[in-house]
Amino acid sequence: MNRFPAVLVAALVGPMVVLAAPGFLEGQEAEATSAGEHVYMQWCSGCHGVSGTGDGPGAATMLPRPRDFTTAQYQIRSTASGELPTDEDILHVINVGMPGTAMPGWEDVLTTQERAALVEYLKSLSRFFGQGPAPEPIDFGRAPGSSDERLLDGAEVYQTLECWRCHGQAGRGNGESSPTLEDNGGFPIRAADLTENWRFNGGGTVEDIYRRFNTGLDGTPMPTFVDAVDAGIVTQDQLWSLAHYVRSLSPERTPEVREVIGAELLTEGELPGSPDDERWAEVERYRVPLVGQIVVGPRWFAPRVSGVWVQALHDGRELALLVSWTDPSESPDAAWTPFAQRMREVMGPDTTAGSWTPESPDRLVVQFPQQIPQGMERPYFLQGDARRPTYHWVWESTGGAREQVGRGLGSATDQESGSQELQTTAVHQEGQWRVLFRRSLATPDSAGDLQIPTASAIPVAFQAWDGDNGEDGTQGAISTWYFINLQEATPITVYVAPAIALLLTGVLGMVAVARAQRRENHLEGDATSGPPPVEDLPPEDT
Amino acid sequence: MSRMIGWSGLITPTLALLIAAGCGGGDSGGEAGGGVAGGGAAAPMENPVDPATAGSIVGAVTFTGTPVAGEPIDMSAEQVCADKHASQPMTQPAVVGAGGGLANVFVYVKSGLENLQFPVSSDAALLDQNGCEYHPHILGVMAGQSITVRNSDAVLHNIKATPAENRGFNRSQPQAGMEFQTTFGVPEVMIPVECDVHNWMGSYVGVTSHPFHAVTDDSGAFSFEGLPPGDYEIEAWHETYGVSSQMVTVPASGQVEATFEFSESMAGRPVPLGEPAFVDHEIGQLRRGPADAAQLED
Repeated sequence: MNRFPAVLVAALVGPMVVLAAPGFLEGQEAEATSAGEHVYMQWCSGCHGVSGTGDGPGAATMLPRPRDFTTAQYQIRSTASGELPTDEDILHVINVGMPGTAMPGWEDVLTTQERAALVEYLKSLSRFFGQGPAPEPIDFGRAPGSSDERLLDGAEVYQTLECWRCHGQAGRGNGESSPTLEDNGGFPIRAADLTENWRFNGGGTVEDIYRRFNTGLDGTPMPTFVDAVDAGIVTQDQLWSLAHYVRSLSPERTPEVREVIGAELLTEGELPGSPDDERWAEVERYRVPLVGQIVVGPRWFAPRVSGVWVQALHDGRELALLVSWTDPSESPDAAWTPFAQRMREVMGPDTTAGSWTPESPDRLVVQFPQQIPQGMERPYFLQGDARRPTYHWVWESTGGAREQVGRGLGSATDQESGSQELQTTAVHQEGQWRVLFRRSLATPDSAGDLQIPTASAIPVAFQAWDGDNGEDGTQGAISTWYFINLQEATPITVYVAPAIALLLTGVLGMVAVARAQRRENHLEGDATSGPPPVEDLPPEDT
Repeated sequence: MSRMIGWSGLITPTLALLIAAGCGGGDSGGEAGGGVAGGGAAAPMENPVDPATAGSIVGAVTFTGTPVAGEPIDMSAEQVCADKHASQPMTQPAVVGAGGGLANVFVYVKSGLENLQFPVSSDAALLDQNGCEYHPHILGVMAGQSITVRNSDAVLHNIKATPAENRGFNRSQPQAGMEFQTTFGVPEVMIPVECDVHNWMGSYVGVTSHPFHAVTDDSGAFSFEGLPPGDYEIEAWHETYGVSSQMVTVPASGQVEATFEFSESMAGRPVPLGEPAFVDHEIGQLRRGPADAAQLED
């Protein structure tokens, strides 16, 4: 039998059967999806949940909550409010994270292929992707340079667009509308503290800030302001000015965390008696970052205070320590009580216990060891333990200052009122506390109080509570141990001794070398240089 | 020779069959009927309502018992708005008229209009912010109908819509006189619209695929004219008392009456938001709700 027709049929039919099988082409895409799914399940599902709904096991202790990918609502985009993100937008957040949140950047952990597969998988979690045309990014143009005029113009735009209603006049998130802000999930949310640009969710550069005005932050109360441009109220150039202005509210560089806080020696005049003293503007600021206390129950995962600024001066007799931090309200403030209650409701599961009440104050603790440690061992950083107690300066918004001794977090006891040496002065202004602590270096109560030496590294740590954020007791923000050093005046010998040594070395050295050269020449003949003149030579034998 | 003819006779039909199967496989739109959900229903009818037989539903929403009391709104931080109120502004969780009618109820035809397509009203609906309140408090529109959002207050408002079936947005209007147009393409009951700057400000938008929706005033009255005779499910939605639905039969060239009875005991029941409302044909094709997607997979 002639097999040619059979071969022809097989050759033509075979591939068609395979291609026609339902789902083959989808199967190719399915492979790519499952690579992304594999990455997602391994790295993302712990927070974002196995279904992508933002309710993984880690989510309950995060604020803001992890994103629910099924709604396709993305906060950081290059597209208009309400629009889908572009693939690049999704990849960007995967790469660099969102600094003000628990979302880290993954570009050093996942490969390029893994991250690209992840973008496809995330899109597959919501039906909104794949409907209609792909989203168009906004053309943002390029940032114009900054200038004084631009900053003034930007400050005006800040007033025109009424940013202060939520962000406050100084940008610390203390506007009139700030106590009632909620995100789209119904969770309490804070207007960004514009003085900490390193914690902006979308990045802290001028370009990042400008983009947010155009795109809004979907899922949050922050809207787009592009309608104001369309209505002729502001121009895009003025939005650039606003971006420069907002950027100028934060330090030029992200603060570096240094281990030793230097207390400068004041040689003339009295130590400042108030946080408003103009001289504080010239004293160096040290940034001490704070994190939630999650070691001792009940724990706290979403503290208000992300860090404190510390400035220190002393005059050899007394130490003046100025501590500043952002806090939108003076606790307790009835306008914020519902916010605090909501915080405690949503930040489970530790918040059923805890000592917070609607009367809880703002509090700052400056913690020292009770005795300067001789070796490497310092007291336990969470307010010491029985063997090595800590000594605290405690300030509260409802009642001034006191000294305490700590033998473990939650067990601090006040010192007797007769031996209270500490003085504090506090100012709350434009969403910021500035508290000045003053105490003499030596006190009569040498057993109970730390006696503060100069020119030595003294361990110091800071703890802060915002009562209006639902914080009290063990539920607040803490730091690790740093050091403070009360600088002594640099003795004049520090400058003179090297000069003298240089001089001596130079002069003596030159003298020694000169002598050595003379001795050498003398051994060869005349101490003076050169061979003897011909007349002095002994006569040659003829 | 005869065997060759036999084999070659098989090739053509085999190829034709496989080509047809290959083109049809893996495509959900390949079902007969051109992609209409609802399991093989006929394509939507244009200009469906015959005036000779059209009927109507007439009714009212009543309330018995003590309505949930409103609370005073503190507008002291917003003097521009406070000045627009002659008396203390209050929240309005339940507005009951003298005759027992419940206001601010969104009543609509929930099902029974399968296969019918209605032209989208070319009039823009208006959502106004005045005195730091939304007017109207409850707005009914058709899917695809234009909504004008206007700021009549000389203060910053943001307008944040949080639908489930549609794409939401959050836009700002810092000055009086500003307006923008928006639309919701997918029927949805109800979409919350809020201002974050003034947290007491809230409204709801109900989006249907047909014109038979109404928002009651304190008489509680509603009426739907021009419905083809047949059975319909109508639903009443209230932000405090939840939903109530019932079946009615519209007689040819006649009228059927329907009453919704809400009572104080219904307070605290779950109030549905963002429910896909009756996507029965190709309006909103690009953004079908999950219920519709499920039907397509059948």
